Amino acid sequence: MDHLKELENTSVHILREAYANFKNLAMLWSIGKDSTVMLWLARKAFMGHVPFPLVHIDTAYKIPEMIEYRDRLTKEWNLTMVYGQNEKALGEKQTFPDGNVDRITCCKLLKTTALRDTLSGKGKRYRFDHKKGKYRVDPDTDMYTGIIVGVRADEEGSRSKERYFSPRDNENNWDVGDQPPEFWNQYKTDFAPGTHLRIHPLLDWTELNIWEYIKKENIPTVSLYYNQGDGKRYRSLGCYPCTSPIESSAKNVDEIIEELKSGKLKNVAERSGREQDKEDGGGLETLRRDGYM
Amino acid sequence: MSNINQIKKETMNLVIAGHVDHGKSTVIGRMLADTGSLPEGKLDQVKRNCEKNSKPFEYAFLIDALKDEQSQGITIDAARVFFKTEKRNYIILDAPGHIEFLKNMITGAARAECALLVIDAEEGVQENSRRHGYMMSMLGIKQIAVIVNKMDLVDYSQERFENIKKEYSEFLKDIDVKPDEFIPVSAFKGDNIAIRSANMTWYKGVTVLEMLDLFKKEKHTLEQDFRMPFQDVYKFTKFGDSRRVVVGTPTSGKLEIGDEVIFYPSGKKSKVKTIEEFNVEDRKQIKANNHAAFSLEEQIYITRGEMACKVSEKNPNLSTRLMASIFWLGHDPMILKKEYYIKLGTAKVTVRIEKIVKTIDASDLSAKEKTQIERHDVAQCVLKLTKPMAYDIASKLAITSRFVIVDDYEIRGGGIIQEALEDSAKWVRDKVVVRDFKWQKSMISSAKRSEKYNQRPTLVIITGEKDSGKKPLAKALENRLFEDGKIVYFLGIGNVLYGVDADIKNKEEDPKEHIRRLAEIAYIMMDSGAILIVTATMLDQEDLEIIKATVESDKIEVVWMGESVKTDINVDTRILNKEDIEENVGLLKSILEDKGIIFKPW
Repeated sequence: MDHLKELENTSVHILREAYANFKNLAMLWSIGKDSTVMLWLARKAFMGHVPFPLVHIDTAYKIPEMIEYRDRLTKEWNLTMVYGQNEKALGEKQTFPDGNVDRITCCKLLKTTALRDTLSGKGKRYRFDHKKGKYRVDPDTDMYTGIIVGVRADEEGSRSKERYFSPRDNENNWDVGDQPPEFWNQYKTDFAPGTHLRIHPLLDWTELNIWEYIKKENIPTVSLYYNQGDGKRYRSLGCYPCTSPIESSAKNVDEIIEELKSGKLKNVAERSGREQDKEDGGGLETLRRDGYM
Repeated sequence: MSNINQIKKETMNLVIAGHVDHGKSTVIGRMLADTGSLPEGKLDQVKRNCEKNSKPFEYAFLIDALKDEQSQGITIDAARVFFKTEKRNYIILDAPGHIEFLKNMITGAARAECALLVIDAEEGVQENSRRHGYMMSMLGIKQIAVIVNKMDLVDYSQERFENIKKEYSEFLKDIDVKPDEFIPVSAFKGDNIAIRSANMTWYKGVTVLEMLDLFKKEKHTLEQDFRMPFQDVYKFTKFGDSRRVVVGTPTSGKLEIGDEVIFYPSGKKSKVKTIEEFNVEDRKQIKANNHAAFSLEEQIYITRGEMACKVSEKNPNLSTRLMASIFWLGHDPMILKKEYYIKLGTAKVTVRIEKIVKTIDASDLSAKEKTQIERHDVAQCVLKLTKPMAYDIASKLAITSRFVIVDDYEIRGGGIIQEALEDSAKWVRDKVVVRDFKWQKSMISSAKRSEKYNQRPTLVIITGEKDSGKKPLAKALENRLFEDGKIVYFLGIGNVLYGVDADIKNKEEDPKEHIRRLAEIAYIMMDSGAILIVTATMLDQEDLEIIKATVESDKIEVVWMGESVKTDINVDTRILNKEDIEENVGLLKSILEDKGIIFKPW
């Protein structure tokens, strides 16, 4: 069995375990390559369907192609698509692009807070109405108790300490030092009332594995990942004020794989284009303890 | 580093274990360096740093440097370090040497396919050398090589090496582990890691890297009997998909279209009709360790926790009592009488320790008699489950002998089943297996009957003390349901005693056989689609287990007459006041309605 197939098998098994054990399950879809691979794996696990909502946190600063791509796949794949955002912070212009807060605070408000409120049901959720072809306020305000997240262990330090099934208390806190053991395909699927679990089916995947799988399964991805002729492409997608493209001539999946394997990206971190990681050394772990994905 | 992860090559999970400071990091660092698996210039940079700080270079610094980088966001991962040989890619899993991290060590090591156990030539065999060896054997890692490290510090002495080999071999023999090789090395100097040592010409065996490449990917799981813990049944009609598929990840064996499958503990069987997979055309075979989905010729009702097997192969064990070896990781000890959950495959069953046979200190194998299992203890004990579970015993099929223990929502222990023990309902289940095997099926399915009769077949058991009003209630309920047009029948246990049980001369002699026969009659009547109301005095849990083993356990409603339940039976409903029969009938009827056994009139 090749390594990609091994990875796929583990991920599908985890997704099915999650679906069997959690009533209020949701999958975070950032529109990026990782969570899109995860979405594809869900279709593998559930016979081409996705039997739970996909949740996107719309900071209102996402690159427009990302939203266009999200809504196109929502229709094509008949997805239960839900998005939420921090309407208060946006209304009060408490954002970095507005010049009122720094990058980390902006991330906290537009991502972490928005995410927390959307997951708990406290914040407004907008659900895509397939009949009307537009988003409407979602009547479902139940808290999601199982949240599937596409983090990879190789992305950065704090993520490498994650488990497949990772408990969070009702404040979203994560006890890194004392995590449950995981062995023999048995995971923490029991949880006390008021707590919830994060489920990480992609933990063992590397950036290269993701691209190789996109190639193998022919998974559609956002055009932003590819050089459109200006010698630039995005390696990692985020908000446009804080994410910049890298110099690259890779025009398609094959060329990206080649670039990662032997080209100039071999030993350069994937998130090097993300400005918030650089502020406040170890900022991401601080953000993640607070509930950032 | 991700460039190592080429898909064409196979990948193997390796764990490196051993006592603190016996040189695990140095072994890893040396392997990374000697296989050219380090980022460009890294080795030079670390060496320069050492010179600058005038401390001797150590390979362990390399691991630390990589960890540092990781925290800065570069793609190396302490928990999963990659390297490659000509033959394949390796992922080294983190296995902390400190006892406090045993939980993390197990999380890493349980996924390993092979292990290197590192022992310091100077210090010799230590507490965690033994404990880790023991855990490897419990976790089921069969491919193990022992590395005797720091040979340079004992002048490459063959005698020292042989002594350690002898001592540790004896220990491993006691726990049934046969290491593939003992290799004398100096990871620091590079002896026998990638290059054969000129300092130990007396050693004729393989180097560490050669050893790794000799380890095999476990392929023999395919040759074993088919086992698939049943995860779920999917029918996504909401998405316009009418397929009904059974899903799971088989842990051993293979399955093809047309194969007869049987699910345990229910014993229900059917044939594989199609094999389904999204974005894959025409899959003909399901293989161990691959996610799988298939449809069945005949629709059967099965629930999560069952194990799919092949009719043509050896069936798993089925019991509520078993002998197991448990390792405990919880801060609070595992104690007698307390309820825990046992999880094996997808089964999750309430369990208690019936008896602790002995506890073993994994660091020296000394056995103790204890009344509880303390943190990091290994214990042999008898477990009693509240309902039967399908499993294999370790010596026959190891994967499906492994379980975890859940306490207060957390996995707190793990174990392997060594022996199936007799339980009170086994003799009944054995008969049921034969019955189901020989059963001639009618052309009318159970679903069709339900649709026609507007009811689901159910066994209502009314029990309680003598003269507690069971029969009047049962008859009144029968009458009410009959008036409503239901197919219903009342059967007192006395009705069976003198006819069906006529061959049992002394009626007190074999009370369990009476129960079994009563349950068999219930089974037949329920197969005909009827609702059966049975009365019997003072049934206990063991009686109920016999009945559950005979009819489908989810089609039984247990009613107790009287204020307090006088036996250990688990009841669904209690009737407190026997006087108001009509009210009681109304109550039972509404319960049957709520559970969808009969349909509410509108």
